[in-house]
Amino acid sequence: MISAMLPFSTEILIIGAGPAGLAAALAAASRAQSITIIDENQAPGGQIWRGGPKQWRDQRAHYIWRQLASHYNVRIVYGVRIVAASDSHEFLLETTEGAQKIKWEKLIICTGARELLLPFPGWTLPGVTGAGGLQALIKGGMPVEGKRVVIAGSGPLLLAVAETVKRAGGEVISIAENKGSMVLVRFFMALMKSHRGKLMQALQLFWTLKGIRYRHAATVIKAHGDHRLRSISLLHKGKQVELDCDLLACGFGLLPNLEIANLLGCNVKDGKVLIDDKQACSRQNIWAAGEACGIGGVDKALTEGHIAGLSASGQSVEENDLWHRADARQFAGLLSSSFEPDEGLRSLCKPDTLVCRCEDVKAKQLVEHTDWRTAKLMTRVGMGACQGRICGAACQFLYAWDAPGMRQPVFPTKTSTLAAMCAASYEEEIR
Amino acid sequence: MPEYDTSIAKIWINGHSFEASDDMTVAAALMCHDSMGTRLSMSGQTRFAVCGMGVCQECRVRINGQPHRLACQEYCRSGMVIQTETAGGTP
Repeated sequence: MISAMLPFSTEILIIGAGPAGLAAALAAASRAQSITIIDENQAPGGQIWRGGPKQWRDQRAHYIWRQLASHYNVRIVYGVRIVAASDSHEFLLETTEGAQKIKWEKLIICTGARELLLPFPGWTLPGVTGAGGLQALIKGGMPVEGKRVVIAGSGPLLLAVAETVKRAGGEVISIAENKGSMVLVRFFMALMKSHRGKLMQALQLFWTLKGIRYRHAATVIKAHGDHRLRSISLLHKGKQVELDCDLLACGFGLLPNLEIANLLGCNVKDGKVLIDDKQACSRQNIWAAGEACGIGGVDKALTEGHIAGLSASGQSVEENDLWHRADARQFAGLLSSSFEPDEGLRSLCKPDTLVCRCEDVKAKQLVEHTDWRTAKLMTRVGMGACQGRICGAACQFLYAWDAPGMRQPVFPTKTSTLAAMCAASYEEEIR
Repeated sequence: MPEYDTSIAKIWINGHSFEASDDMTVAAALMCHDSMGTRLSMSGQTRFAVCGMGVCQECRVRINGQPHRLACQEYCRSGMVIQTETAGGTP
């Protein structure tokens, strides 16, 4: 007889231990019988609070963490990846100890976001990273002391990344914001009108970063180097500027992670998980909160997570929570209307530029196709290890193709994990 | 309390021993060691960590013989043996 793994079960399963997931757990903790939070990373905090309590500077993170510690019905498991939905209320997981299954009654999706990376010549060189990507790598102990760094792309994240680099001892040579002064002035005016707190944060960041060359209406057009990055070409207000640098952090905004919502058949619209006033998804007993429901930052994640946790544990939502959420969502709206990537960025991608980094597919191989599926079948775009997570979004932006569909297993998976799933079902059959 | 740094993790990068620390990811250790390369692309290009959060899969290395481990997600542990494809290892 084959001895199969035993599935764990939990009343509420929360996917993601970032601000939304932690806030959801805390809100539900006093009512729910058992809560399990799973996260791919090795520490709590998600991306914005990456690195665990030792690295947290946001007091809200410490507060939630301390509160959660006293709830013995909350279990957090790290280094866990969802591989497949093995049943309607069960996931197959890959953990550090091998394959595992977990059954849930209620689910809260707090899967966060990833970065929108757009192809340009040289973007595959070692030393070119995402903007948030570099921040994550630094939080993981990557040394940038004495390194010359250029931070490019669009949005307020660039400032936060510059601050991280500076604090870690790196030399930020320049910040290159793609948007022009008109957009930035309008953004700051809107902050002044309705989000004074955010305005203060931005001004503090600018003060910390004084002395760093902030270029607006600037775009990296090429990264140079042989086996690693040596320099970049920047187009700034119509003039080409050459800068020597060791690292280029380049990000054009964030994209909700939709794999799990798609996998479960929850409705997704405009690249976001569709939710109602109580953060409930279209499928019963599933809620979603934070970046997965639309990019808006940590404030939105905390308030949405809180509301999702209350709803999932049968508690009523207070007026005050709704007000905070409305405020955070208004800021989210302002962010997306101000920093949506310009169509002009499409022209950065030249015919010989690789679009699919996994399969080394060039733009000129893709342009002749009319949709993602045909292109995939003909060129292998999106068929590599990242399963289209990077190039799929790039192709949506470059060619206005539909988003890639999602099929199980959602992540590259060990055959032993899949075998474990088969062994379990075999045992059920022979019983 | 010991007078030396207890967080030191002695690891091997492509056969060279290296003193990393256990609060450092493998990707960070590779950069400390000036080995800014992880895998080779289909057309033979050197690649290194990009997204820093386990999405792009560019930082795949072999750790303790196990293939396809993500250098940006794994923390250095004493005795770790890391092989990169860029230094002639298999992925």
